[in-house]
Amino acid sequence: MSEFISPRNLASSLEARAKHPEYVPIAGGTDHMVASKDRGAPAGMINLFGLSELSEVSELEGGGLRIGACVTYARVLDDERVASRFPVLSSACREVGASQIQARGTLGGNIATSSPVGDSLPALLALGATICVASVDGERRIPYEEFLLGYRKVDLAGNELIVAIEVPVQHKGAVQTWRKVGTRRAQSISKLTMAAVAHLDDGKIAGIRIALGAVADRTVRAKAAEAALLGQSPNDESATRAIKALAGEIVPIDDVRSNADYRLGVAQNLVRRFVLSL
Amino acid sequence: MVHSSKSGEEVTAKGSVSQSSVGKGLPRVDGDAKVRGTARYVDDLKLPNMHHGMTKRSAVPHGILKGIHKRDGFDWSQVVVVTAEDIPGRNTIVLIEEDQPALVAIGAPIRHHDEAVALVAAPSRELAHEALTHLELEVEEMPAVFTCEDALEAKVKVYGDDNILKTYLIEKGEGDIDAKLAACDHVIEGLYRTQAQEQMYIEPQGMIASWDEGRCHIVGSMQCPFYIQKAMCTLLGLDAEHLVVEQAVTGGGFGGKEEYPSMIAGHAALLAREAGVPVKLIYERDEDIAATTKRHPSVVRHRMGFDADGTIRAIDVDVLFDGGAYQTLTQVVLSRGVLHAAGPYKCENTRVRGRAAATNTPPHGAFRGFGAPQTTFAYERQTQKAAKLLGMSPFAFRELNMLRDGDSTATSQILEGSVGSEAVLSAVKEVAEAYALPADDENSSVRHGRGISFYFHGAGFTGSGEARLAGRATVALAVDGHFEVRSSSTDIGQGVQTMFTQIAATALGVEPDVVRVPSPATDRVPDSGPTVASRTCMVVGRVVNQASTALRERIEAWARENGFGDMPLRQAATAMAKVEGEIAETVQYAPPAGIVWDDEMYTGSAYPCYGWAACMVDVKVDLDTYEVTIDRCVHAVDVGKAINPVVVKGQIEGGTLQSLGWALWEDVIYHDGKVANDRMTNCIVPTFSDAPEMHTIIVEEPFASGPYGAKGVGEIPMDGPCVAAVGAVEDALSSLARSEGFDVLPVSPEAIQRAMRLES
Ligand SMILES: Cc1cc2nc3c(=O)[nH]c(=O)nc-3n(C[C@H](O)[C@H](O)[C@H](O)COP(=O)(O)OP(=O)(O)OC[C@H]3O[C@@H](n4cnc5c(N)ncnc54)[C@H](O)[C@@H]3O)c2cc1C
Repeated sequence: MSEFISPRNLASSLEARAKHPEYVPIAGGTDHMVASKDRGAPAGMINLFGLSELSEVSELEGGGLRIGACVTYARVLDDERVASRFPVLSSACREVGASQIQARGTLGGNIATSSPVGDSLPALLALGATICVASVDGERRIPYEEFLLGYRKVDLAGNELIVAIEVPVQHKGAVQTWRKVGTRRAQSISKLTMAAVAHLDDGKIAGIRIALGAVADRTVRAKAAEAALLGQSPNDESATRAIKALAGEIVPIDDVRSNADYRLGVAQNLVRRFVLSL
Repeated sequence: MVHSSKSGEEVTAKGSVSQSSVGKGLPRVDGDAKVRGTARYVDDLKLPNMHHGMTKRSAVPHGILKGIHKRDGFDWSQVVVVTAEDIPGRNTIVLIEEDQPALVAIGAPIRHHDEAVALVAAPSRELAHEALTHLELEVEEMPAVFTCEDALEAKVKVYGDDNILKTYLIEKGEGDIDAKLAACDHVIEGLYRTQAQEQMYIEPQGMIASWDEGRCHIVGSMQCPFYIQKAMCTLLGLDAEHLVVEQAVTGGGFGGKEEYPSMIAGHAALLAREAGVPVKLIYERDEDIAATTKRHPSVVRHRMGFDADGTIRAIDVDVLFDGGAYQTLTQVVLSRGVLHAAGPYKCENTRVRGRAAATNTPPHGAFRGFGAPQTTFAYERQTQKAAKLLGMSPFAFRELNMLRDGDSTATSQILEGSVGSEAVLSAVKEVAEAYALPADDENSSVRHGRGISFYFHGAGFTGSGEARLAGRATVALAVDGHFEVRSSSTDIGQGVQTMFTQIAATALGVEPDVVRVPSPATDRVPDSGPTVASRTCMVVGRVVNQASTALRERIEAWARENGFGDMPLRQAATAMAKVEGEIAETVQYAPPAGIVWDDEMYTGSAYPCYGWAACMVDVKVDLDTYEVTIDRCVHAVDVGKAINPVVVKGQIEGGTLQSLGWALWEDVIYHDGKVANDRMTNCIVPTFSDAPEMHTIIVEEPFASGPYGAKGVGEIPMDGPCVAAVGAVEDALSSLARSEGFDVLPVSPEAIQRAMRLES
C-alpha cells in the first residue's frame, strides 16, 4: 500500500516533498488516477487538495489575479473576476471534461501534467501567465513559456511544488478568444485548441498572442504567425500571410483522435477567423 | 401445462377494480435499486474463497501457437493456469458453427489479435496480472488479411479455402437485372462503406463460475442464458442438468452480450474447475473493447433505376460484410442485412447478393440493428440522391415508392396489416413543414442542412426462426399470493421486467405491484429464446400474456367452484395459493398462421411483421472546424402498441443517439487487426451534451399477433437516424463538398474536410 500524507499547510507539504522526492503530489487526482493504471501505485502520495493557501484566487496589484495551484475548474468558473478579465481562461475551463472532472481537477494539476492537449494551458500562455513554484529553499517565478520544456516536461525540480499562477492584467479592449476542437461535446480530449489575445491600436494589431494546443510536443505560441500580424491591419491579406507562417511553425501529428492535415487546416481556419474578428 | 396459442386480447378480472396498466408509463420496476445503487451487478458479487481470473491473449493477428511458457521469477504455485489441454469437452464456443476455439491449442492457428490463449486465476487480481506478465507465448507469425475486400482474394486463408463465411441471393422479377437497369430513365450507383461500432455498454463483461459436486453454476452479465448453457455443455462435456446459468443485473448489452458471454463463462468455469474455488472473470474496459464483438464493417454497392417520374423500376445490391476471424453470428447478421437491403420500397425487379468474408480481426457480431443499419445506410443514401437528381422533395419520392399494406417486398412477402409506412412519413413531414431551416448567411462560419430517411425493420427471428425456437414462458401464482413471470428474457436495461409486469398485471387483472419478474436462471425458467431481434415484447410478451390469461381463468374457475366467485381475483388467488400451493401456466409460442418462408430461395415471409420509421435530422456544420452540431432530430416509429410509452420513448431516443454517433463520431480504429482506440477516452461515443433536441413520435399500427398489438421496437431506432444525419451534412454543404465524401462512415470532421477539399 502506498503511504498517503495529507499535510496541513504549504510549509509541511514542502517539507514532505523534500523528504520524499519519490512520492507523488496529488491535487484532484484526476490525471493521477488514469496514469496509475499503467504505472502502478506510487510509493506514496502527498495530498494537496483543498489546502487553503493553494486554493484561493487573489488580487494582484494593477488588476492581475493570482490563482492558487489547487484551484479547481469549478472554482475558476465561479469567479466573476476571471470571467470578466480573462474570459479566454474561463471559456477553456468550461470545456474541461464534464462537471465531475471540473469539481476535482485543478489548474496546477493540468500544468504539472503538461499534456500537449491540456485545455487551460493555451489560455494561460496567451494571457502571458507566470508560474510560481516553491520548495523548502524558497520560491521561483517563471514565465509560463519558459516553464514548458518539452513533451510533458516542465521546469519543476523534484522537491518543488507549483503554488500559484499569476495572470497579468490584459490590455484594455483586448479581444480574447478560445476554441476547443474536441472529439465530442463533453469528456473530450482536444484534437486542437487555440487561445488568442490581441488588441488594436489605430486599426493596426498592436499586440497579439496566439497559443495552440495539440499541434506540437507541448503547448506553443504561434510566434511566426504573430509576427506576420503585428503592426498590420486585420484583413484577409494579413490573415493569409499569418496562416502561411503558421504552417511552417507547427508540427501536428496523426493519432487515433485525428490527423495532421486536419489539425493544420483547422488551426489555420481558426487563426484566420480570429484575425478577421478583430 | 402447455397451451397452444390464441390471440391475446385485453382482459379485466371479474370484480377487479384495477385498470389496465398497458399503455401507461409505469415507473421502471428495476429503477429504484439502480438509482439507489443497491442493484447487484456481477462485479458486486463475492463468493467465499473466490479467485480472480485473467486472460492471456495473442499479440499477433495471425500465426501458429508453438508454445506457452511459464517464465522464471514467479512463484507459479500461487496461481492456476489453464490452457486448451485442460478442456474436458470440445474446445469450441458453439453457436452456429464450431470453428471458434475457447482457447487456442498449441499447434493450432491464432486467427486474430487478442484471441484467448491461456487463463490464470489467483487470489487477487494483482497476482493474476503478475502471473500473466510471466506467461510467454511462442508464436510463428503468418501474413494476415484485414479487410473483407482483400479477404475475397483469399491470398491469406482465414476460413476455408475462400474466406467466405456465407452467401445469399434474393431475386425478384424475371430476366436480367442489368438489362432492367439499362432500360431505366435514370440509374444511380453508389459504393457505401460503414465502419465497426463498439456497443459500449456501461458495464463491461464479466462472469463468476463455481462448481458444486460436478454441477457448474454461472452468474454474470448476459443477454441469453440458454446460449451460454448450450455452449458450455459442449465445452465442459456436461448435460444441461449440470449447468446452471443465471443472469446478474446487467448494465447494457446492445447485442454485445449475445454471444461473447459464452466465451467468458467458459473461461471462468475452466478456471474454477481447475482451482477448486469460485472464479470471477471481469473484463477491463480496454480488454472488452479489444476482444469482444462489434458491428460488422460493410461495403455495399447499390444500383437503383427509376423512371423520369421517380418510380423505382430496378434495384441491384451487392452486400459484403467483414465477419472477422470466426463465424459467430455473422451469417444471421448478413441475412438481416440482405433482407433489408432493397429498402421499404416497391420494386418488381430486385436482386440482392450478400457475402461475408473472414478476416484476421476479432469476430464481428450482434449489435442492435443486426446488419440492417449497414444496408439502410446504402439504400437511403441512394434515395436521397435520387430525390435530389429528380428535384423531388424527399417526402414525395418516398411517398411514390413506399411499401403499403398489400404490397410485395423484395422476398415477395405480401404485407398484411400493421404497415405504418404512410403514418410515420407523414408524421415527420408535418414537423418538417412546421420548422424551417434557418437561412445561411454567406459570411457566417456555419451552414445548415436537413436530411430525411425512411426505413423498416423486421420484428422477431427471420423466416421460420420463431417456429424453430418455440419460445416458452411461465406465469405462476406463488405460495405467497404474488404472481411471477418466468422467462429467459433478460432485462439488460431496456425495461423487459417492467413491460412483462404490465402485460401480466393487465391480463391477470391485478395491480402491477403483485407481479414479480425475477432475473432468469436456466434451472428456474423455461427457454423463451434469446433476448435479441426485437422479439421480446412481440413474441415472449405474447406468451406471457397468454399464460397470464390462462392462469387467471384457472383461478376464476377455482374461485367459482369453491364459492369465492365474487371475490376480487387477487384475493381469490391468495386463497387458492394457500390451498393448492404454487400454480403455474406455461405457454409455447405459435407463430401467426400464414408465415411461409423458403430458406433455399430466400422468398416468402421474412418476418411476421415490420416496424416502420422515418427520421428528420437538422444540422449545422462549422466551416472552420468541420464539426457537426445536430440541432434537431424528429423520429417517428411505428411500434404497433407502446406497452409502456416512457420505456418505448427511451428505446427510441437511445437508439437514435447510437445511430447518430455511428454517423458522425464513432469508429473502431484497427492497427494491423488490433484495436488502437480501446478506451472510452478515444473510442468515442456521444454523451448527453452531444444529444440533439429529440422529437419522438410513437405511431401505433397494431400487429394482430402481438400482445395488445405490440411489435418490435428495440432495433429499428438504430437503423435510420444515421443516414438522415449524413444527408443533412451533405445538404448543408451542398455546393461546397463532393457527394461521395458522404458515402463512407463516419462522416467525421476529418472526412468532411476531405470532402470539401475534393470539391474545391
Ligand atoms: C474523464 C476525464 C476527463 C478529462 N478531461 C480533460 C479535459 O477536457 N481537458 C484537460 O485539459 N484535461 C482533462 N482531463 C485531465 C485532468 O482532469 C486535468 O489535467 C486536471 O487539471 C488535472 O488536475 P488534478 O488536480 O486532478 O491533477 P492530479 O491528478 O492530482 O495531478 C496531476 C499531476 O500533476 C502533479 N501535481 C498536481 N498538483 C501539483 C502541484 N501543485 N505541484 C506540483 N505537481 C502537482 C501530480 O503529481 C501529477 O503528476 C480529464 C481527466 C479525466 C479523468
